[in-house]
Amino acid sequence: MRLAAIETLGFRTVTLITHLGRIAAFIGSIFLHSVRPPWRVRRLVGEVFDIGVLSLAIVCLSGATVGAVLGLQGYTTLSRFGAANSLGAVVGLSLVRELGPVLTALLVTGRAGSAMAAEIASMLTTEQLDGLRMMSIDPVDFVVKPKALAMLISMPMLNALFICFALFGGYIVGVKLLGVDGGTYITSMENAITWEDDVAGTLLKSFIFGALVGFIATYRGYTATPTSAGVSAATTGTVVVGSVTILLFDYVITALWGV
Amino acid sequence: MSEPTLANLSVRTESKSSLVSPELRILLEDVHLSFGGRPVYSKLSCGFPRGKISVLMGGSGSGKSTLLRLVAGLVRPDSGRILVADEDVTELSERELYRVRERIGMLFQHGALLDSMTIFDNVALPLREHTELSERDIAAEVSRRLTAVGLPDTEALMPRQLSGGMLRRAALARAIISDPEIVLCDEPFSGLDPVNVRRIERLLVELNARLGITLVITSHHIPSSLRMADQIVFLVEGEAISGSPAELRVSTDKRVREFLDAERDDEPAQPGAHA
Repeated sequence: MRLAAIETLGFRTVTLITHLGRIAAFIGSIFLHSVRPPWRVRRLVGEVFDIGVLSLAIVCLSGATVGAVLGLQGYTTLSRFGAANSLGAVVGLSLVRELGPVLTALLVTGRAGSAMAAEIASMLTTEQLDGLRMMSIDPVDFVVKPKALAMLISMPMLNALFICFALFGGYIVGVKLLGVDGGTYITSMENAITWEDDVAGTLLKSFIFGALVGFIATYRGYTATPTSAGVSAATTGTVVVGSVTILLFDYVITALWGV
Repeated sequence: MSEPTLANLSVRTESKSSLVSPELRILLEDVHLSFGGRPVYSKLSCGFPRGKISVLMGGSGSGKSTLLRLVAGLVRPDSGRILVADEDVTELSERELYRVRERIGMLFQHGALLDSMTIFDNVALPLREHTELSERDIAAEVSRRLTAVGLPDTEALMPRQLSGGMLRRAALARAIISDPEIVLCDEPFSGLDPVNVRRIERLLVELNARLGITLVITSHHIPSSLRMADQIVFLVEGEAISGSPAELRVSTDKRVREFLDAERDDEPAQPGAHA
């Protein structure tokens, strides 16, 4: 009985270490292909289009909505303490430091990360990745690298766009609907947000989230079981693992660097 | 020692010395492979001669497609040697395998064309990746190959816009664009109508006759296999039985006969045959 438990523990440990080794090898492979030619610029641009441009609508709309809600909630709360004039600062800081990078990453994981995993898993199922190998083309270099890099590039840009639209949403609600002075709103926001802490912090967060989502989505797709259920599992897994990882890393980054 | 044939039921009686021949382009020696504890082959040995058409036959699950993947280095055996163009692919790293694969073309069962690219880009891909040819030369070469497989004017189409037979032919154009020495074809006739079966069969025979390419084909299609093959390798119970089509026809091996007779039973009865 005790021997069986030790065997199970040993087996699970070996499996875990093997799995971690595979993950490390996969990340290493993406990194190595990223720093040496061919650069595959055309494929990278195509992927940035797929992730970035096609996510514009959802990111802009969500940004404006979140900003509007934040303006509404912020005004109600701040009015209780007679601090409605600080609405710009509250909306701006919340969005730049926290909500912008986190919500953008969650949206992009659902929209583009899942699609990325599904596409790679489908290519695996239909032997397209083996087809590349037979042409002496490394699938990590040809398929995975452009997607992972495109996610890394797109995430900070989409984050910036999300924040801009959210600030605009907050302004419309706070200034146009609730009557906060426009100049006060903008000035309090300008005074509260600093480039070196807040803007650099949001870029750092979105950059890390981009790397995480890009890696999780490609890894899940690349290691999927080559069946339709496997494609489905890779897609779901990307959203679940991606979302939890983003929230976990958000805490870690904030705790470590205070951004 | 005489060459084993299906007629004399010499199930893998080939000695290693008879297998190691300069005429063999591909050689499998004592290959053992299992998936999840279930053995696919145990001590499988067989060879495929240079410049000939070899057809792999056997029931579903006999390991025909897996054998092609072993030769291509896409699957690693548990033990044994696999020599492809004088290189043991079982001992090569993935990067070293790319060097061997540049000499191999593979036609996958469902084509395996990249569905995000046009037919032109798919067929041009090996040339763009591995040659310094100009775009104009690549375009001319792609057009020539697509015309050769009977698919002119399909360059701008996406793979999803082609029928099964057309897809298979486009994939064949991609497999041969780099002038490989060996072409592996996984079930090229499955799911095709008789006209397309004949068309692809003709293409493969022409390829072999004109360019001297070594062809290894897996197939369930007995009539076309018997017509085109120089050698037939019958996979049964994890072992290989080799012979010419003529030898296969007169084989007394129970397992081979069962396979061939099942095909015959499927043929429609002649009018008045039971009268």
